[in-house]
Amino acid sequence: MRDFDYIRPTSIPDAIAAAAEPGSAYLAGGTNLLDLMKGGVTSPERIVDISRLPELNRTERLDDGGLRIGALVRNADLAHDAAFAKDYSAVAEALLSGASAQLRNAATVGGNLLQRTRCSYFYDTASACNKRVSGAGCAALGGENRLHAVLGWSDACIATHPSDFCVPLVALDAVVEIEGTRGRRHVTLEEFHRLPGAAPQRENALEPGDLIVAVRLPAEAASFAANARYLKVRERTSYAFAVVSAAAALVVDDGKIRAARLALGGVAAKPWRARAAEAVLLGADANEATFASAANAALADASPSGDNAFKIELARRIVVRALMSAQAGTPERLPALPASPFSSIPGARHDA
Amino acid sequence: MTLELSFNQQPGHLRQGSSIGQPLTRRDGFLKVTGAARYAADNHPPGTLYAVLAVASIARGRVASLDVEAAKAHSGVVEVMTPRNRPALATDPDAKDHPFMFRLDLLQNDQVRYPNQSIAVVIAETLEAATEGAALLSPRYEALPARVGLDGAKSFVPRGVGVGNPAVQEKGDVEAGLKSAKTRIEASYETPAQYHNAMEPHAIVAAWDGDRLSIDTPSQGLAMAQGRIAGLFGIPPQNVHIRSPFLGGGFGSKGMISGPQVLGILAARLVGRPVKLVLRREQMFGPVGHRAPTRQTLRMGMDGEGRLTAIDHRAKTASSTFDDFFEPAADASHTLYASPAIATSHEAVRLDTGTPLFMRAPGEATGSIALESAIDEAAHACGMDPLEFRLKNYAEVEPMTGKPFSSKALRECYSQAAKAFGWASRPLQPRLMRDADGFLTGWGLGTATFPALMFQAEARAVLRADGSGLMETGAQDMGQGAWTAFAQIAADGLGLDIDQVDFRAGSSDLPNAGIAGGSGHTATAGMAIHNAGAAVIARLADLATGNEASPLFGAGNEGVVARGGRLYRRDDENRSESYGEILTRAGLIEIEGHGTGAPDPAFQEAYAKHAHGAVFAEVKVDPDFGQIRVTRLVGAFAAGRVINPRLVRSQYYGGMIWGVSFALHEEAITDRRSGRIQNANLAEYHVPVNADVPSVEAILVHEDDPYVNALGIKGVGEIGVTGTAGAVANAVWHATGVRPRRFPIRIEDLLG
Ligand SMILES: Cc1cc2nc3c(=O)[nH]c(=O)nc-3n(C[C@H](O)[C@H](O)[C@H](O)COP(=O)(O)OP(=O)(O)OC[C@H]3O[C@@H](n4cnc5c(N)ncnc54)[C@H](O)[C@@H]3O)c2cc1C
Ligand code: SF4
Repeated sequence: MRDFDYIRPTSIPDAIAAAAEPGSAYLAGGTNLLDLMKGGVTSPERIVDISRLPELNRTERLDDGGLRIGALVRNADLAHDAAFAKDYSAVAEALLSGASAQLRNAATVGGNLLQRTRCSYFYDTASACNKRVSGAGCAALGGENRLHAVLGWSDACIATHPSDFCVPLVALDAVVEIEGTRGRRHVTLEEFHRLPGAAPQRENALEPGDLIVAVRLPAEAASFAANARYLKVRERTSYAFAVVSAAAALVVDDGKIRAARLALGGVAAKPWRARAAEAVLLGADANEATFASAANAALADASPSGDNAFKIELARRIVVRALMSAQAGTPERLPALPASPFSSIPGARHDA
Repeated sequence: MTLELSFNQQPGHLRQGSSIGQPLTRRDGFLKVTGAARYAADNHPPGTLYAVLAVASIARGRVASLDVEAAKAHSGVVEVMTPRNRPALATDPDAKDHPFMFRLDLLQNDQVRYPNQSIAVVIAETLEAATEGAALLSPRYEALPARVGLDGAKSFVPRGVGVGNPAVQEKGDVEAGLKSAKTRIEASYETPAQYHNAMEPHAIVAAWDGDRLSIDTPSQGLAMAQGRIAGLFGIPPQNVHIRSPFLGGGFGSKGMISGPQVLGILAARLVGRPVKLVLRREQMFGPVGHRAPTRQTLRMGMDGEGRLTAIDHRAKTASSTFDDFFEPAADASHTLYASPAIATSHEAVRLDTGTPLFMRAPGEATGSIALESAIDEAAHACGMDPLEFRLKNYAEVEPMTGKPFSSKALRECYSQAAKAFGWASRPLQPRLMRDADGFLTGWGLGTATFPALMFQAEARAVLRADGSGLMETGAQDMGQGAWTAFAQIAADGLGLDIDQVDFRAGSSDLPNAGIAGGSGHTATAGMAIHNAGAAVIARLADLATGNEASPLFGAGNEGVVARGGRLYRRDDENRSESYGEILTRAGLIEIEGHGTGAPDPAFQEAYAKHAHGAVFAEVKVDPDFGQIRVTRLVGAFAAGRVINPRLVRSQYYGGMIWGVSFALHEEAITDRRSGRIQNANLAEYHVPVNADVPSVEAILVHEDDPYVNALGIKGVGEIGVTGTAGAVANAVWHATGVRPRRFPIRIEDLLG
């Protein structure tokens, strides 16, 4: 591992000043950053350890009814916060479906948003990767890519964003609160992550030094509490990234859909808000036929980027099921296998 | 220096006279859960330097340049070992004196023959400096196109497969059998490359003192490792002392000393200081063996009653370009199902990979998943229940050789497991069962089998005047419980309470215990222990029965029995004497005896010796998503004498879980162009997690075997993989109606 400077600032401004220097990286839980450093995928010259900044570690109710989640709140702490899980159960379910208990104990809100793709060629420094080395080419094209993107990809990059947490967040209009050298600003999560286009190395809206200080959920997000689910299909029952996932949230009144939110995970370089599908849902009857049209709308622009055509059909089916589950209602308690299709198996004993 | 391990913190054991058969908890369990157990990489002799491998990122070609200067200039780097300055070896690492002497990559030249092959070693004061030094080498290559996949090179018929079995074998006339059949099936299956992935990486701490070498490294075969190292360095084997008290798993990958381990020794030689070298997870995908991929085609013919008329099992597999190990997949068809005609054949290609090796039932596992799937297809083609079909084709003698089985309680395995599972209510047709939540539900069956192997082992037993005993053998505990099971055998062999026995193992300066592999360690080293115990007791009995002062005088050796630290007259239990009394009277502080364990030549040729089992699996499949969960596994196994039912059950559980892994999870994904493995980490190289195995049950079926060895022990380590993988595949078919053709079974295979 290359030698690097290690700085532990005691205030947010100090952190930002330190991280604004070229070659810097923030360290939060370290569950992604340290792996990347050990593999030589990234080699920052200075580490700015924010993990002990107390003001980033709080969750607060806002006067407008929204919720502000500090960037350093641990994934596990947030998911196990009973009040949070009640209002935003799809978010809690998504968090608990990710990684393992140990990783969730360490992983933070900010770090989860900023985790890098799991594209194996990104990790394999002997492979060409535009994301790692701009202009180098994309080894995933024509390679082992059955889990790569089916939406929003470009010839420069077909990677996906692996986060579960971000999927219900983007559906619920979460906003990222960023502080940088020029002060604070708010960016919607939908606009926060970027599609690859010709510049896959630019993954998000952050500028050098920018610190995520919090993620906000607007007041309206809690209005879906009764009908919100996250569903994640994976290749083992727990401790696996999504092949495809979906977050669905509905407000249903008298059989009619009054409000609808839908987002997909594991399909694109960003958590994929399915606005076209939401348009189909809004005002329609809440039934399987409507959900199927919504699924078609969500995947209308999808195309395989390699050996992954199956993900398109899979995504359609997941959308339908997620909407059906949302309509059926948020379960009283978080299921034993959060977000799993098998979460309904009676007697399933294993917490993920 | 012998290894001093203290097991005294353990709770009291349940004991009723005999130790064998008791479900003792692991004697080393306390050390492990408290972190006190010292694994190889935990050792740190004074002055230790860290060595890090630089490995090839190409599959084939040569290293054109290495920036040794840059690496050496990095602060903390002490030395860089390349083909130029690597210390000389007494033996060419590419020499092969016998089939199990595998060729090693020890920087003998600049050639690259697989990805992750070692191309240099950086030695530094810290791990970080060595790691950065290795990165700074920035190798440049002259690369040639990689040969990847079973269609990636010209195929040929290997000279032998597995441990040297003929690649092609036939009994009877298969074509005639197929022709005469009323029903025929033909089916193909593919299995992927898999990597052992023990939790503990291959690690070595090596220290030279003149031409004596002291090593801490995990080894499943201490004496073989000692011999191989001694040969490479041209020193007497007794100059090489290897300590391996605990292994964090081996699965076959620690059976032979691997190239990286020897490089650690070479690095220590080069710098004249102790060196520690620990493989990174991704570096374990190459130089320490793997299971080669297979493509298997089976043809079967059945008569009007569902009796097999022919089995033809063909397998294609791969080895490396520079050495030979051929997964003997088709040989699985030799032992399980009766058929007048059986043909098995293998072909292979040579790929730019590390050499494959023994891994978790090599051949048996790969062959079993294909054979059990095909048997299921055959049963269905005949309109028969898969269990009924298997019973119809039950082999009363070993099908390929016609030899009688030394013992075979497979019928009991079928019936006990079927009953526990509730098999009787299974519908014949697939896709008929749904659970209350709408999941497709399927039940499948697989027959498990594994040969009862024995190798060669020795043990030394001592009885002391203070009434205690000592048993020594260089046995290896990979986590399976050898520390406990062998101590149980030792206690009974010495006629002592287990707490009175000092049991020493895991070190190369003890008698050779043979290899912990092939599921034969308990039988082999166990027999050596048993015989050593008998030998020392015989000496003790001589002392007693030959001495007029003893109450046992005149009883004769056969006339006494050893129990609880005393010898008793068989015909009069009131006459007895303690070991201490006998030795003290004889003026001896201690006496010793030696024993060996080896297959009994008298029974070797006459009998077919196998353990058997039956595994039933229930799977649920999401009808829309194809996501699979094995909700229930019930296995029943008959493997001769059970030394410790708790440990044996754990072995079956472990094996069955590896079977789930084979069917649903494990696969090394190789880039079709570069030949590099794309998921060389435990996040993406999947093995089952707890949530994948919510219910596993293992039934121990009683079996007496008078022929395998005096203790009646077969093996329990690998058998669980076999049968289970096929049971899961068959359950998936029964749930979905889709016959899995490649493993692991993928979501897209079931989406429909
Ligand atoms: C084996 C494994 C399995 C996993 N499985 C899943 C899964 O199934 N689903 C899933 O969603 N995730 C999964 N993850 C990913 C995991 O969720 C992330 O690694 C974790 O959320 C990252 O958080 P962290 O705090 O550790 O981030 P770090 O590793 O500390 O940081 C990640 C990145 O974010 C930057 N950063 C961190 N905080 C801030 C901030 N406040 N402002 C600006 N920049 C910041 C860092 O500089 C770094 O670039 C898995 C990870 C592993 C290792
Ligand atoms: S898909 Fe993106 S991340 Fe993967 S290799 Fe191509 S450019 Fe790199």
